Amino acid sequence: MRMKLAATAAMALSVMPLAANAEGEVNIYSYRQAYLLEPLLDAFTEETGIKTNVVFAKDGLAERLEREGRNSPADLVMTTDISRINELVERDLVQAVDNDVLEQNIPANLRHPDGKWFALTTRARLIFTSIDRVEEGEITTYEDLADPKWNDRICTRSGKHPYNIALISSMIAHHGEEKTEEWLRGVKDNLARKPQGGDRDQIKAIAEGVCDVAIGNSYYYGNMLADDNQRPAAEAVRLVFPNAGDRGTHINISGAALTKSAPNQQEAIKLLEFLSREKAQQIYAEANTEYPANPAVKPSGIVAEWGEINPDSLSLQEIAENRNAAVKMVDRVDYDN
Amino acid sequence: MAQVALTGNEPRVEQPTLTRRPSKRWYIAAALITAIVALPVLSVLYLALFPDENIWPHLLETTLPRYLITTLQLMAGVAIITLGIGLATAWAVTMCEFPGRKFFEWAMLLPFAVPAYVIAYVYTSLLDYAGPVQKALREWFGWSSARDYWFPEIRSLEGATLMIGLVLYPYVYLLARAAFLEQSPSLFSVSRSLGHSALSTFFRVVLPIARPAIAVGLSLVLMETLNDFGTVDFFAVQTLTAGLFDTWMNLGNLGGAAQIATTMLAFVVILVTLERYSRRRQEQFAARDNRDPIRRFTMSFPRQMVCVVVCAIPVVLGFVVPALTLGTYALEYFEESWNNEFFRNTINSLFLSGTAALTTLLVGITLAYSRRLHNTRGMQVLMRLSSLGYAMPGAVLAVGVIIPLAGFDNWLDSLMRDYFNVSTGLLLSGTAFAMVFAYTVRFLAVSAGSVESALQKITPSMDMASRSLGHTPGQTLARIHLPMLRGTLLTAALVVFVDCMKELPATLILRPFNFDTLATYVYQFASDEKLAHSALPALIIVLAGIIPIILMSRSIASSRTFT
Repeated sequence: MRMKLAATAAMALSVMPLAANAEGEVNIYSYRQAYLLEPLLDAFTEETGIKTNVVFAKDGLAERLEREGRNSPADLVMTTDISRINELVERDLVQAVDNDVLEQNIPANLRHPDGKWFALTTRARLIFTSIDRVEEGEITTYEDLADPKWNDRICTRSGKHPYNIALISSMIAHHGEEKTEEWLRGVKDNLARKPQGGDRDQIKAIAEGVCDVAIGNSYYYGNMLADDNQRPAAEAVRLVFPNAGDRGTHINISGAALTKSAPNQQEAIKLLEFLSREKAQQIYAEANTEYPANPAVKPSGIVAEWGEINPDSLSLQEIAENRNAAVKMVDRVDYDN
Repeated sequence: MAQVALTGNEPRVEQPTLTRRPSKRWYIAAALITAIVALPVLSVLYLALFPDENIWPHLLETTLPRYLITTLQLMAGVAIITLGIGLATAWAVTMCEFPGRKFFEWAMLLPFAVPAYVIAYVYTSLLDYAGPVQKALREWFGWSSARDYWFPEIRSLEGATLMIGLVLYPYVYLLARAAFLEQSPSLFSVSRSLGHSALSTFFRVVLPIARPAIAVGLSLVLMETLNDFGTVDFFAVQTLTAGLFDTWMNLGNLGGAAQIATTMLAFVVILVTLERYSRRRQEQFAARDNRDPIRRFTMSFPRQMVCVVVCAIPVVLGFVVPALTLGTYALEYFEESWNNEFFRNTINSLFLSGTAALTTLLVGITLAYSRRLHNTRGMQVLMRLSSLGYAMPGAVLAVGVIIPLAGFDNWLDSLMRDYFNVSTGLLLSGTAFAMVFAYTVRFLAVSAGSVESALQKITPSMDMASRSLGHTPGQTLARIHLPMLRGTLLTAALVVFVDCMKELPATLILRPFNFDTLATYVYQFASDEKLAHSALPALIIVLAGIIPIILMSRSIASSRTFT
């Protein structure tokens, strides 16, 4: 009998967290770590009194949203990459937002034409080179990475990582599939080791002498400089804004979209507006050394020291559309092995 | 569920005539449970029928052969490591007398408390270029860069095999030791007196008798290996699981991913079937005489030292080193980590894992006991079906859980809207219920498997005696089997508890808003290359895993004296 009671009690208790959905709240499904969002959301709650609730996961949130259908509690989805957010549009899980504040704060190339998603920050995919072993100006473009002179000298993370996939997609958009595949084979031939780890690990690998050239997102480098343990590794590398002289450096976005079923639409749009305004954009810039999407806000001091960025003007939509081709190309080239 | 039977409040049906055939209600209960538990797996199979795009031509042409070979290599390597460590140490602590034996009896289980993704991170931070080991070597030999010397790469297939083997061998150890303990020492004596050496007795008598238990242990190990994502992802080892995630996340083809999951499932089913087939004619019931204690070997000093070393190595590598490393980080970041959030996450983890362990145990007992009552083909199929969840990657299973739950919620909601004009919203999905359900589906194989293999060792004459004295099957279970199985039951529940504490992918996808467990909290930092910041919660997962381990050992040890 005791077991029965305990089981019943446990079942009853297990349904409790449901009660968290009161009015005046915004519910967020986030591909981005909750602790990175916290300062922003705290500032929002302080300003508006609207509470925020977050579920963070790297996978499966789109499936969850789709299956929950019109009853889904989620209002906003926040992602760290263009293809994830585009997938939501393609699966018809998000709705258009027609809002003056957002349109004013976020440049047209950083939002969906109908307002189905908005970029909140941009991040540049940079090349890092060893200060000791690579001359300044020796490598200036993504195309250079395939040059045989870098044989056995390049490190990258998995070719399948969304950041690399987006880069390859942008190459496909500029050069076509055939040329890009040739290029990717060239890069693979130049790898000093099997792709592994994250972007920081590639910068560390340069400091360790494993390789001389690496690819990585700008904010990883910024964050390493801010961390006492990782600063020495970051200080061993020089950063290069690839293709600054021609089409511009490949950028990706972190962004947000309003779900189709959003039960707290007004509050959610308030949060979107808040995230696009100076205060929140400042937090993004300072806390994670990303580039603010709002042009009125300057990058953090560290980032400004790196110099002006000339971003590739290729539409993010086009990058997202080439994703599948890029993923398959990585397999064909056998990049990760 | 099982409570009806447990409380034994069925009317005392006056059937002393001993209907040979027990009533159908156990069968029905088992069928119902299986139907519910199999839903997520069936949902995945359903997804597999409707892929967005046929992914196989591309996979076959490019990566599939390598995924398959790597997976097989990993599984074979892990099997060798876990069997080697698990059997050798289980035998040593059960049958040999050496200093520290009592300590190792439970200490051997410690690595079980360390999640594979945590041990992988720890060893990477210790053994990579910037870690203390290579740094010391460089200073010692005056090397200045990675190009000056060769050092084994931890992020490799071999590294992953070692990491996974180190934290999974306790499955084999635990089940093998329990089996060794339950064996009648007289069997051993008989074999020796017939001229067999200790070693030959081990291989010809002890192992064959322990085989069902070892097989359960090993199949748990292999399924966990097959589904490991954290370690293989971190080490860039390309197994089928990695391919599955790639198809899902990068190609956006959930149906294709479900097809790969289904293939993996087939893998496991074949594995388990083969094992069962190979011992189809064996049936053993050991009526152990408890007054006859195990007589351990007394050995020469050097041999005793060999035992100590053999037992110490896995514990040091699988537990002491990771725990110390995490402890050091935890101290360094203590102030940042010691906060309310940390306490809340701890309570969430304990509560969820406790509920899931209890549910899983009750369901497991019901299934295993039904199987004992009705040893039919149909019942066997039910049993296998209900265990399939264990053979499915957590994230895929989570999607499989969402489909029926959200389907039910939305169906009920439409119904209520249509007839009563009220919206019930999502009742089950996105709640802790969904998580407990997922854990139960995932870990039922652990509890049902252990209960089943333990039940097999109780001679049916017990049941016959009890039934002929007028007990119903339920009463027999409550008064005869459950007390006899107390040790096994506790072990099964605790294994599930620890597994739930460590579970990550399904937890991430299914959890409610603002809800973190220790594992998800650790993951959000670890996945951002910042595990040091969450070393404290990681350490707590490890420590929480130790408590059940100690209880577990005590109960096994004491069950010898008073069953």
